[in-house]
Order: sequence, then C-alpha cells, then structure tokens
Amino acid sequence: MKRQAIIENIKVRSGKDLLKFTDRSKNRIYFTINKTILPQIAKYLFNDAKARFSTASGVDTRKAIEILYHFSVDDIGLFISLKVILEKPDPEVESLLPLFKAAEWIEMEMHEMLGVNFKGHENMNHLLLKDDWPEGNYPLRRDK
Amino acid sequence: MARKIIPIGPYHPLQEEPEFFKLHVDGETVVDIDIEIGYNHRLIEKIAESKSFDQVTFLVERICGICSTSHPFAYVNAIDDLLGVPPPERALYIRTIIGELERIHSHLLWLGLAGHFLGYNTVWMWAWRYREPVLDIFERVTGNRQSYAMMKPGGVRRDMFEEDFPWIKKTLKDLIPKVDMFKGAVMDDPVIHARTEGVGVLTKEDVRQYCAVGPTARASGVAIDVRKDDPYAAYDKVEWKVITHEGGDVYSKLIVRILELYESIDIIVQCLDKMPKGPIDSGIKDIPPGEGIGRHEAPRGEVVHYIMADGGNSPARHKIRAPSYMNIASNKKAVIGETISDAAIILAAVDPCYCCTERMTAVDYKTGKKLMDGQDLVKLSQEKTEKLRGRHNMPPLQ
Repeated sequence: MKRQAIIENIKVRSGKDLLKFTDRSKNRIYFTINKTILPQIAKYLFNDAKARFSTASGVDTRKAIEILYHFSVDDIGLFISLKVILEKPDPEVESLLPLFKAAEWIEMEMHEMLGVNFKGHENMNHLLLKDDWPEGNYPLRRDK
Repeated sequence: MARKIIPIGPYHPLQEEPEFFKLHVDGETVVDIDIEIGYNHRLIEKIAESKSFDQVTFLVERICGICSTSHPFAYVNAIDDLLGVPPPERALYIRTIIGELERIHSHLLWLGLAGHFLGYNTVWMWAWRYREPVLDIFERVTGNRQSYAMMKPGGVRRDMFEEDFPWIKKTLKDLIPKVDMFKGAVMDDPVIHARTEGVGVLTKEDVRQYCAVGPTARASGVAIDVRKDDPYAAYDKVEWKVITHEGGDVYSKLIVRILELYESIDIIVQCLDKMPKGPIDSGIKDIPPGEGIGRHEAPRGEVVHYIMADGGNSPARHKIRAPSYMNIASNKKAVIGETISDAAIILAAVDPCYCCTERMTAVDYKTGKKLMDGQDLVKLSQEKTEKLRGRHNMPPLQ
C-alpha cells in the first residue's frame, strides 16, 4: 500500500532525526523532523512519492518558530505535513526553491511575516508587505 | 527593437485580487514577466486570531468576492478535521450544493470575460445573463446572491426546503442547452481555435514545478481534484467525473471549465434527490487543542486552511492558501514567448482576476511616454480576432 510505503520510507530516511510521527487519520499524517534533513525528505516526497507541494505554514509558538510543509499525494488523497522547529532568535532553514518553483512565494511570505531566513533562496524580498517595511519588524512574530 | 515594459495592474475597484504584472516586451513578443502581489494584503490570518471560531467563518467569507463560499468551506472542513467528527449528513449535502452552485456561476463569469477579451462581446453578455438564474437560486436558498453565509463549523446555518427543489432542478435543467450552445460555439468557431489553441501552453512538468491546481492543472492533463482525491462533504456519495484535457493551452482551459459546468449541474441534481432528512448542525460547543487541515476544490482549484487551536475561543494560528497563489505564479511559464495581443487572454486563463488588466498602461522605457492603456490592450486582442475572422471570411463582430 502506497500510504504505508511512504510512511516507512520517511521513517527510514529520517532515522534518529524523526522527532515525532502522528497518524491523525486516513488522509492526514504529521512528521516532526530535524531541520537538517528537510531538503532530503522534501526531495523524496516531491520526486519519488510524486507528492505535490501544497503550501507551508509558519507559526510563532513563542519558544520557537515552527514551519509545517504540506504535501499532497493526490492519487491516494494523503496530506502529509512535515514540521520543523527553528530556534529563535535567528530562525534559519534550507530553501526548497531549488527543488520546486512553488516554494518561491511562500518562503518569501514566511520570511517577511516571521523573519525566517531561507538559505539558498535567491530572491528574499518582500512579497506581500511594501518594500519600505521597517527592517526586523515581523507581523506574525509574538516576541513582545 | 528596444525592450519595453508593459505594467498591468495593480489596482482597480472591481478587482478581486489586486496583482501587478510587468510584461517585458521585445517588439511584439513577451520576453519576461515580473509578478508582484500584496497590494491588498489584509492580514486576515492575523485578524482570525482575534475572532471566535464562529466569527472566523464570516471573516474568511470576505476573502474572495467571486467564490465567497470556498474559504468558509475549507475552513469548516478544517474544523471537522480537527474535531474528527463529521457534521450531520444533510448538512454535507447542502454544503456540496452551495459549493457546486458557486462553481457554475464562477465558471460562467470567467467564460463571459474570456469572450470579452477575445472580442466576442455577445458571449460575454450571454454568459452573464445565464449566470443570473444561478444567483436567483442562491437568493432563494440562502437569502443572498453573494456571500451566502451558509457554512458553519459542525454543519450549515440554514436548511433547504423540499418545495424549492423542483424549481431549482428546472432552473438548472434550463441552463444545460445554454451550456451546449457555448460548447458548440467554442468547439466549432475556427477563430476561437486560432486565438486559443497552442496559446499560453503549460506543460505537465510546469504544472508540477509550480504546483498549479484546479482547472489550470486539469487543462494540462493532470487529473487532480480534491473532491475526488480527498473526498469531503457529499462528493463521494454522488456520481461525477474529473474533467481533464491534454493541451495545456487557453483552449483546454476553456473546454475544461465548460465541461465542468455539466458535472456541477449533475452533482447538484443528485444531491437534491439523495438528500436525507435530519438535523443540519451538530452543535459544536468547544474546540479542543489540536490541528486541523481543511481542503476544498474551489472553482479555481484547491483551497487549503490550516487551523491550530490551543483550547481557547479563537484559532492560535490560521493559515490560508488560495488556489491563485499557486496558479498566478505559473503565468511566468505560460506568457513568455507569446505576443502582447495574446497576453490578456493568457494571464486571464488561470482565472486570477480579469479586472487587473483594466489598468494597464504601456510606457516607453526611455521617454516615459504613454503608449497603451488597458483598453488599448483589450482592443489589440479584439482586433486580432477581427483580423482572423476576415481571413476565415466571417462577418466582423463589432
């Protein structure tokens, strides 16, 4: 079964970098992984499992910034969320832009909203906020 | 010939989603495009954090003026996912009917505008005229012609009445010959073929790279549809098929949308026949801590809502991703290498928002002199159609 194979593959590829796995329901699974293996797991999902990158959502939990990368395996209706936890005060993670174009805008958005730096993203400019938005001011941060 | 930039957008009071395209043109050919968005960023995700779960339904209904139920639909799906409890069956059928009625009116709206851009103003007027009865159904069922406020976490806000069903079915049945007419007009008209076939092609690989969704992906032969892939509401309880077309061009997008109209009508009629009696609301009291992801296949493609709850009365985080967010970016592929007169229809083919093109002005890079504005560009597109009609010995449209 493809669903089980994907879960096993991610588990094997992550090894001890898999921090948590939640099998929520038939169509929803969550993995919390170490940020160092994110490009590798995303590559597996996109290239091998033929998953579609749906979107990513960042959240400031006050302790850290968490980013969820949502992938959709459309032929089996499975929605996979990869969670990475980025340490404050300078959250940083590898960009997925070299892997697929669809990451370009959402990474720009998370950069300006949450102050996450995506390494390897060539165009870390503003997407939604105006160009002269004050430096270091991130609307979705909960620092104060 | 020197490179010039044609800016398209960003503002127009009628615009659904303000966006700004800068077309870099060399003579007649588009060589590059810059896309800027964010002109009307309302921080709805942030506002959602200060509203109660019930209020958020109304808030997200205000995201889009055309497909106003898409966001509440995905949002209530997210809440259902978080709770793990499906709403009463009758509510699922009512949700499906509202979602599909919306697809019909949205596709007809797009079809009309596509006609206008190609110079077929009769198509524009007719498509919008036949869209009116659909809005009448909305008015009868929900009390509103737009922003229906039907969705609610745990169910729907209003019930539907059985005595309306025959009238709804008749109104939809009367729409079928009109759709037949549009289908015939698109398939048989050599000029529409010439204007749209092979124009603005998006290959399967482009769709994968840009992760495009909805009719934009399906017109490139990628059979993705959340309604089928990850069924919700009553979509797995009725018979219907996912429409795809292989071309990837504007013509394929026209065909996919027209054929989807038949499917939507069929889905609604089946829902009306099969709808069980019973409650319409499960009466949710509290939202426990947790995460929920809701998806809905809007007229333009997959809408994603992610909700994180911390046990309070409001979402701790609410992430919204609209389909155009993915589809508009794919214009980078579709429009490059095409001519300016085709740019209007290509940019519009993903159904982002037509009105954007109303505020374009071409400015000579060196002198700053105005060369063209929005109306000129539409005129350019329409003139091309007229020229082609002349070649096919057809009478002029205007």
